[in-house]
Amino acid sequence: MENAVELRDIVKRFGSFTAVHRMSLDIEQGSFLTLLGPSGCGKTTTLRMIAGLIDTTEGDISIKGKRVNNLPIHKRNLGIVFQNYALFPHKTINENVAFGLKYRGVVGEEAERRVRDALELVQLPQMGDRYPRQLSGGQQQRIALARAIVIEPDVLLLDEPLSALDANLREDMRVELKRIQDKLGITTVFVTHDQGEALAMSDKIVVMRGGKIEQVGEPQAVYDAPESEFVAEFLGSTNILGGRVSGRQGEGVTVDATPFEGVEVPADRAGQTNGATDIKLLLRAEKLLVEPGGSADGGGIAAPAVVETVDYQGQSVRYFLRVGDRRLQAINMVNGKPFAEGETVTARFDPRHCSLLPAQPGEAQA
Amino acid sequence: MRKPTGFTWITLWTIFVYLFMFLPIGVVVLLSFNASQFGSFPMTGFSLQWFGELATNDAIIRAFQTSALLGILTAIISTTIGVLASLAMVRYDFPGKTTISTLLIAPILVPEVVLAVALLLFLQLMNVPKSFPLLLMGHVIFTLPFVVLVVQARLIGVRRDYEEAAMSLGASPIQTFFRVTLPLIMPAVMAGALFAFTISFDDITGTLFWKPGGVETVPTQIFAMLRNSISPEINALGTVMIVLTVGLPLLGLAVMRQVSARQGAQAGAPA
Ligand SMILES: Nc1ncnc2c1ncn2[C@@H]1O[C@H](COP(=O)(O)OP(=O)(O)O)[C@@H](O)[C@H]1O
Ligand SMILES: [Mg+2]
Repeated sequence: MENAVELRDIVKRFGSFTAVHRMSLDIEQGSFLTLLGPSGCGKTTTLRMIAGLIDTTEGDISIKGKRVNNLPIHKRNLGIVFQNYALFPHKTINENVAFGLKYRGVVGEEAERRVRDALELVQLPQMGDRYPRQLSGGQQQRIALARAIVIEPDVLLLDEPLSALDANLREDMRVELKRIQDKLGITTVFVTHDQGEALAMSDKIVVMRGGKIEQVGEPQAVYDAPESEFVAEFLGSTNILGGRVSGRQGEGVTVDATPFEGVEVPADRAGQTNGATDIKLLLRAEKLLVEPGGSADGGGIAAPAVVETVDYQGQSVRYFLRVGDRRLQAINMVNGKPFAEGETVTARFDPRHCSLLPAQPGEAQA
Repeated sequence: MRKPTGFTWITLWTIFVYLFMFLPIGVVVLLSFNASQFGSFPMTGFSLQWFGELATNDAIIRAFQTSALLGILTAIISTTIGVLASLAMVRYDFPGKTTISTLLIAPILVPEVVLAVALLLFLQLMNVPKSFPLLLMGHVIFTLPFVVLVVQARLIGVRRDYEEAAMSLGASPIQTFFRVTLPLIMPAVMAGALFAFTISFDDITGTLFWKPGGVETVPTQIFAMLRNSISPEINALGTVMIVLTVGLPLLGLAVMRQVSARQGAQAGAPA
């Protein structure tokens, strides 16, 4: 498929500090791509380089096949949604949404029609005559989105657009944003530090760390087969256990990783190990099930455990378990009453849900 | 009666200080309506005759015109330069920025008479004769810091997001300035202009040094008239000056508050 945006070895330095290192990325036409990573990893810097709000120190950026390094922002035809909405406070909602149309020669009735359509798309058709301050945060963010998409930009750029909203509203907006993006088929680059948002919305996730790309892939691939400890820990809670390969069969790798032995990991989740014997076993906290102590054999790998800490969260509960001399995390749905602290339980998991990394980082990147 | 407490004394003292400051002004205003030939008490009756004489005194009319022209031009030039300078200071980084920033504000810190003499000596050194444009330049120099201070403060409160949003929508930097930045800092721009006008309008120190021969502003005209006698006309002129230099900024502030209220607090002062 055609690429809407291409980054080729882009570098951004602020003085002697390098915020983005040699980053290359293809963003497919019509796709929803998320830059995910902890604060300070260079997401905003990358987005602002694509936008043309800051220059690249090195490298090339192309939009729709055209190199845009020297094209100023106002000629790039991009839609940007800012974290703090940035609606013009001295203009009405209609004037805000119509702002960009003027520079595209769209005026009069045609402009009015497009503003109306955009406001309908974000489900705020009645707000046109109000001023931004008369709207709630969520409403302002919708208007900001309408203002960005009404100009039919080549790429929509969003920098943590949901983080200023409160939790419930954030989830509604997330669904809403995805609905609109699907409907318009607009190429979207979304920046967030929230793994939930990234997993729920993206076609592709780019996990960043310290100005570099750590892993790129579809949400499920990144979640199920993290290529580094960093990715494993950043996307959800993961137990990481050092261990050794004790055998290899055609379809998988058998490992011993204290406190578990004989864990058979399928080949497609062990691909990163490249025949190394020292490995790390990754076990997602959601895949570690806590069952009543001494419960009958339920298959998979099981070990007796003691509940150390219970962190009750309503529909789910997070346990910290002592298994042998290891402390493990388990996140389970609650059916009835959660286990109590000090209770003896059985910790069980299906080895097909585990994945492996080489013990020596770096080999994985080969 | 209660024994006077410390607080009572403070209250009395405060009243006394205010009387000391404003009573003379009150007296001038009061006497300007006095029917007597002499600008002094006791008042003999209410009359507007001194205001009438003002209106027919050619020298005063000319001084008024000069002051008004000088004030308006000072306000326009000072505000234009001040807004551009503020933009540079707040929105851009360049070498020597702090030095330039300090130099811009310096005319407030230097005693006016020093500034006045310095500029005069400089002009003599350069062999440039005194002229109205040079007088204007002097006024611009020492009203500029006020404009810069007021506009800068406002500009810092206008988030860069607004301008970036406008440019992302297709507005060039200049279009962005006129459609977004300027409207958002307008209250400060107007305040700066009013400051500049008022300061220029009642400046005397610098003006005395810089004005070319034969040109009088209202303050220098009053000063000249005082040398002959204290005529009731001067009281009337003083009253007019008070109304102008106090009333104009107040009016301006009221208008600006209206504008600000319509725009909403969002763009306003830094949170
Ligand atoms: N204008 C700047 N000058 C100096 N350092 C900057 C500037 N902008 C960003 N940085 C630094 O670059 C790094 C990446 O910043 P940013 O892209 O904003 O991170 P993120 O959006 O992922 O939180 C941070 O360490 C930040 O301090
Ligand atoms: Mg950021």
